[in-house]
This record gives sequence, structure tokens and C-alpha cells, in this order.
Amino acid sequence: MTFDPTNDYPLGTRRPDLVTTPGGRPLADVTLDAVRAGEVDSSEIRATSATLRLQAGVARVAGRPQLAENLERAAELAAVPDHLLLDVYTALRPGRATAATLEEWAVRLEEHGADRTAAFVREAARVYVERGLVAHG
Amino acid sequence: MGSERFASRARRELALEQLVSPFAELGLVAANGPSDPAPELVVEDGVVTRMDGRDAADFDVIDRFVVAHGLDLDVASAAMALDDLDLARRLVDIDVPRAELVRLSRGLTPAKLARAVGLLDPVELMLALKKLRARRAPGNQAHVTNLKESPALLAADAAEAARRGFAELETTVGVARYAPLNAIALLVGSQTGRPGVMTQCAVEERRNLELAIRGLVTYAETLSVYGTEPVFVDGDDTPWSKSFLGAAYASRGVKVRFTSGTGSEALMGHAQGMSMLYLEARCLAVVRAAGSQGVQNGSISCVALVLSIPGGTRTILGENVLAAWLDLEVASGNDAIASHSEIRKTAKLMGQFLPGTDFVTSGYSVMPRHDNTFGGGNFDADDLDEWLTIQRDWQVDAGIEPVPEEEVLRVRERAARAVQAVFAELGLPPVADVEVVAATTGYDARGMPDRDRAADVEAADGLLARGISGLDVALALDRRGFPEVAEAVLGMQRQRVAADYLQTSAVIDADGVVHSAVNDPNVYEGPGTGYRLEGERWELLQSLPQVVSPAELVGDLSEGAPVVEELGIAEAHDDPAEVVVAVGPAFADTIRRTIAGLDHREVLDAICDGVREAGGTPRLVRVRRVADVAFIAHDGSRLSGSGIALGLQSKGTAVIHRSDLEPLDNLELFGMSPLYTLESYRAMGRNAAGYALGKRVGPVPTQLDNFARAKLIVRTTLLHARETQAIVPGAEPVELALVGASVAQ
Repeated sequence: MTFDPTNDYPLGTRRPDLVTTPGGRPLADVTLDAVRAGEVDSSEIRATSATLRLQAGVARVAGRPQLAENLERAAELAAVPDHLLLDVYTALRPGRATAATLEEWAVRLEEHGADRTAAFVREAARVYVERGLVAHG
Repeated sequence: MGSERFASRARRELALEQLVSPFAELGLVAANGPSDPAPELVVEDGVVTRMDGRDAADFDVIDRFVVAHGLDLDVASAAMALDDLDLARRLVDIDVPRAELVRLSRGLTPAKLARAVGLLDPVELMLALKKLRARRAPGNQAHVTNLKESPALLAADAAEAARRGFAELETTVGVARYAPLNAIALLVGSQTGRPGVMTQCAVEERRNLELAIRGLVTYAETLSVYGTEPVFVDGDDTPWSKSFLGAAYASRGVKVRFTSGTGSEALMGHAQGMSMLYLEARCLAVVRAAGSQGVQNGSISCVALVLSIPGGTRTILGENVLAAWLDLEVASGNDAIASHSEIRKTAKLMGQFLPGTDFVTSGYSVMPRHDNTFGGGNFDADDLDEWLTIQRDWQVDAGIEPVPEEEVLRVRERAARAVQAVFAELGLPPVADVEVVAATTGYDARGMPDRDRAADVEAADGLLARGISGLDVALALDRRGFPEVAEAVLGMQRQRVAADYLQTSAVIDADGVVHSAVNDPNVYEGPGTGYRLEGERWELLQSLPQVVSPAELVGDLSEGAPVVEELGIAEAHDDPAEVVVAVGPAFADTIRRTIAGLDHREVLDAICDGVREAGGTPRLVRVRRVADVAFIAHDGSRLSGSGIALGLQSKGTAVIHRSDLEPLDNLELFGMSPLYTLESYRAMGRNAAGYALGKRVGPVPTQLDNFARAKLIVRTTLLHARETQAIVPGAEPVELALVGASVAQ
């Protein structure tokens, strides 16, 4: 069945068939029995990029383009390792990174398929240069 | 020489607060500041070249972010062209729907937004907020902390908060390393109290993200933004870094709400001469542009600063309206202490309480203020009955439910036991039975046994190192006999997979269904529409534990042996020393005691004794046709040989009357029946005889209790109703004799 962003929300109760864990387990199979049997571990307990994209679609048709963009970035970042997330965040803080370093982080993000987020980092780098928010190095 | 009244006021709690005159240079001006830019947006070839008094080249980091992500240029030209007053009127016009206002907001600059909201008066702001709230039903958030970081007490308080209807619970740490333990206590407690309640642990971002990744928390509201570039940078962030962090949280399944609030820029010394409302409009424009679903705003920790200047309270309500207008979920402050004065604090609260916001407070202290480690506790455990009563008074749902004491004790104990079990199963330092008992019934952490804090933090570090997650917590609960809590904790893990709560204004009900602005939006279009407190919910919110039924309150008042007997129709007499004691229709019959609890027989004896002491002759009659004390007394006076009567209602109110006076006139009125003793009634008897015998009579001294009415008006009403029910229309007064006494002399 296809996804209807206007009527399928909340996915968890209306369209659980569209939601799986990162390992492909259907939402309905995330049960206490499965946890007891050791079939589900904590790495399974998170939204996938695909689910976050569905949520972005819901936000967009609900008339919330910025929230949708944020969820699109989140969908990309779902595939990015924790340490990289935290490193990019630190680099985006004022005066932490040079423009060149920010560009390197953007490239790293692209390597993980996070193109939108990479563009967002590049946009930040341009503004930081103009506003004196880059590190001097 | 000074006025003693001024001196008395100077000793009130309000006098502890500093009020200052506006000082625009430092940003100490609430709204419409003299240096606020005029609203302005110039677009050339699809590019914004000027906004709110600045050329593109001079745009700071905030302007640039808003221009890049926060303005819909297709809407802007028409929206910016609207007259300020026209725009302001649309905010309160019930025929302009919320969706249209949100659409317009997408094309408005911060200065234009602030200008329009600045035109609304407090009641208009409330209407606008009621109309613009994102989710249909209002809600509330609780703070759950304690000074000893006791896990049993955290869990018990979390359970009580959840059971009382709070949709989100926030904790924090005194010692940062405690974070995973506090997060677990909150998770277990919340899901014991009511499945679906969301939790957060406010700690440094890296730690916070780690807790989120492990499924120990579900939301965060620590992402602060500011309205000027220097303050933003002093806060060690930019709009881009905060926006990135928001996406990072969302990628790990965390609901994110940014935080802003008036006064922070002035406090941090870089308000750039702008008004608080304008700077907050800039903050909120950034929040929406960053893609946050919502914001915690309403001055938050700077509230006392904003309240020091004229119009501060109004401006805080204005910033809540701005946030809602921008289609953001609003957690509307009221958490930090706003004032020393209970009156002033409550007056400020009404701005959010009456219209209702997504979270009326961004942290109601469910425990006593002493244990609130946020430095909050504007409203706390001791204020709960007041909050519930004010909801009942206004017929307003401000997100807290009354719960009977035995049920509160039950969930508190269950939660403390559950966290005890989880600590045992996960090999954490044990939670003793005495801790469970103290957490269930105690007042605050001072009553909690001390724990080995070194062992706790060490265990907390180990917990992270071992990668303990929400699933481990669910399993531990399952193994130790808490299946329903285990299911609820697992339910929260399932929510993370579906991520529905990332949409605007999301809360989760007890069945695991997410309610957000997407599937449960606020559609208020005037009377008869939108969220209204009625039906079952209104029944629940009016049924406070201390409410009694009126019938129960007065009880059966006609118990016991007869006090008087009726001897037949009373005739007029001519004994000049006679004082008629005229009682009401229910006296000593279906009512047997005064409101002060005096036995009617003893009251009659006291009055008669008083009459005799002063040389008069008492005579008892019952007036049956009326219940009003003036008419009872006046009817009696017309039967009295002296023309003097003492009229007495069953609740104890008395009047001395004379037959030649108008019924509503009198010689003396004794209206403070709750305060009278038998000695008072004896004195009334003496005075009545004094009038009868033509002596000089000084009025009976009476006391005044200004609160008697507030305290007793319900009982007064019920007693009077019973008196009224005993009326026999048109009936003549009857002669009475005390049972067991020799017939009236």
C-alpha cells in the first residue's frame, strides 16, 4: 500500500506496516516476547531514515516546510555515526572551525549520503566567514 | 512622620521585588522600544536586500538565518503590506482561521510580527493565544527532581506526576554523572504512573544525546536561542549549530523543543537597545526557520527581570502568542519563580492558564519547592489544591487532574518498588525498603535515607559503559514482576521507531496514540468550537477529593428527643415585662444546632435566663410563615406585651425588634452567628428585657470575623434552605413550651 501523508499519520497506529526497525523488523514485531527471546537489541530501537522521510512528508503536507526540512536532515543523519554528529556540531559552534575545516566536515557528511546537511554546513561556513565566526587558522 | 499603612505594605513580600523604570539602552523595555526598527522587507529579483532597518550587507547571523530559511517570499509582499492594526485585528477575529494567520506569518519579518502583537491588550492576547495554540487540548509539563537525587523519590514523584495528567516530565542532575540513573528513575516512574508520558533529562548536549540514543529519554528542550548575535555567540552557538543539533536529536528519535524568552539579551548585556518583544520575535523566527516543532518560551529563567519593567507580564503573554502564531508548540514558562507575591504570581499565570497552551507550565514542580533543583518551583506540590480549585472555578483545563490520596500512594509505592527492582536487576547500588516507604509517604528528600553517592555515580558511569538501554529496563521490569510497567517502557521504545512524536505539539495518550497538531489540531472559531472543558473531563476536573455533597455537609439535623412542643396558635399578650423569643420554622425541629454548633435547647435556656436576669418575662413562640430573621422578630414583637421580641433563626442569627418599627428596621442585629457563645445569647436576652422595661441599654458587644462568610456561606445556605423548607405559608405563629420544663412563666 502506498503512503498517504495526509491520512496515514500517526504511522505507529495507522500504518505500522510502513514502519520497520533498522534491521527490517516490522514495528508490530517489536514486542516484549521478541525482546525476551533476544531477537531485538537496542540498535533496533530507532527510527530509520525511511521512517524519518515519511515524517518529513507528513510535516510538508501539514504546511510546515521548515520542520519537513529538519526531518529530511534528520533522515540523512540517521545514517551518520554518533561521533561524527557530535564532531560536526562542535565544528558549527562559533569560532571552532576554519572555513576549510567546515568544508571537510561537509565532505564527510556527503560520504554518508547527507547531502542536504552538507549543503547546510557549507551555507553556515559562508555566513561564518562574513560574520567573523570562523576560527583563525 | 511616615504612614503606618505604607510601613505595613513595605513589609509585604512584594516589597522584596525591585521595580525599575524602562531603560531602553539596556534593553529594559518590554515592547515597542524607541530603537526597534520599523518593519521592512525589500526583495529584488527574488533576493532579500533589506529587512527591518538593515541592508543585506549588514545582516547579522540571525537575519541571515531567517532570510535563508524563515521567510516565504511568495507570501511576504502581501503580508508585509497589511496595515499593523489590520493584522492585529485578524489575530483576534474569530472569522479569520488559524491556518490563514499561520500562512501570513510565513511572510512577516520579526519587526512586523512584534508590531502586530504589540497592539493587543491582555484580553486580546488571551483570545489570540486560545485561537493560535497548535494542538486542540492544552497540556502541562512537570519538573521532577530532588536534592539527594534519590531514585526511589524521583520514581515516586514521576509516577504521581504522570498519574495526575502531566504529559511530559523533566528532570535534571545536581551532579552531571547521575544523568543515566535519574533518567532511568524518571522513565520507570513515569510509565508506572501513566503509559505514554514523555521524559527528558536536562543535561549537557553530548550527554543528553547519549541518553536519547539509549532510549532512556524521549524529548529535549535545552536548545536555547537568543535575539542578538553577541548573545547567541556568548551562548556558544549560532542558528546553524542549533538547527543542526535539532536535526541530530530528531535523527535519534528525540522530540526537540527550542528555548527562548524575553529578558535574556538584556541580562547578558547585549540587547542592542531593542525591546524584549522585538528580540523575542527574532528568536522565534530563528526557531521556526531551524525547523523546530516548538519552543519553550515566556521569559523562562529571566521572568523576574521582565516583571521588573512596565508591561512585563503583558509582553510575556505576547511572546507566547508570537510563538503560537508561528505555528510552534508552546511550553509557556511559569516554571521559574516569577514573584514573591502569591497574588502577583497568580495574576501572571492567568495569561496562559485561561487560554490554555500546549504546556501551561514548562515545569510544574510536582514536589515541594525545596527539592526543585532547576531553581524553579513557581508552583509546587503545596500549591496543587489551589491549581485544581482554580481550574474548577474557571471551568478551565490547565492540565492537572485531581487524584485521591490512596491512589497517589498506590502509584508512588508501585513506582518506587519498580525502580528498586530495576536497580537490583541491573546490578546498581540497592534501593532499600526504607527508601521505598519514605518515597511513598514522605514530604521531600530531607526525609529520605542518605545513599552512598560515590557508589551511585560510579554505577552510573558503568551503566553507560555497559550500554544499558531502555530495552534492558523493560526486561528488568518484566523479570521482576512489573509486567505492565515493562510493556509501557517498551511502548516508549516503539514510539522511537515510529517517530510520530516528532510532529508539532505531540503528546502520547495511555493507549500509545500520538496526538499532535497534525491529527488533533486546534480549530477554534469562536464560541461552541475548539477545545471546551465539558463532559467526562469536566466531571473529573470538578471532582476534587475534598469536595463533599451538600446533603452530606449538613447531615441529619433532626436527631434526638423533642426539645419543644407546640401549644396552639399564639395570641397577643399585654404583660409590659414580656419579651417574646420568636424562633424560626425549623428551630429545634429539623435543625437542632446553630451554625456555631450550639444546641438549640441550650441557646433557648441562655436567652430566657438573660431575659429573667434583667427583670423580664420570656415567652417562646414559633413563627412559621417566614424564614427571614427580621420578619420572625417583627411577627414576634406584635405578640409581645412589651412590643419587644428577640427573633432567632435556626442557624443562630438574631434580631431584637420592636412592634412599631418597620419590619426591616430593628433595635439590634446579631449577624455573626458563627462567633456566638451561650454567653452571647444570654446578653441578647438581657438587652431585650432592658428594651422592654425602658432601661438604658448599651448594644451587646460583637466581634467581627471577615472570613466567616467565606468559610461558612455554604453551610449557611444549606441551613437556610432547610429553614425555608419548614415554612408553612400563611400559618399563624404558635406558642411553644420547652419539653421537660415547667410551662413558660
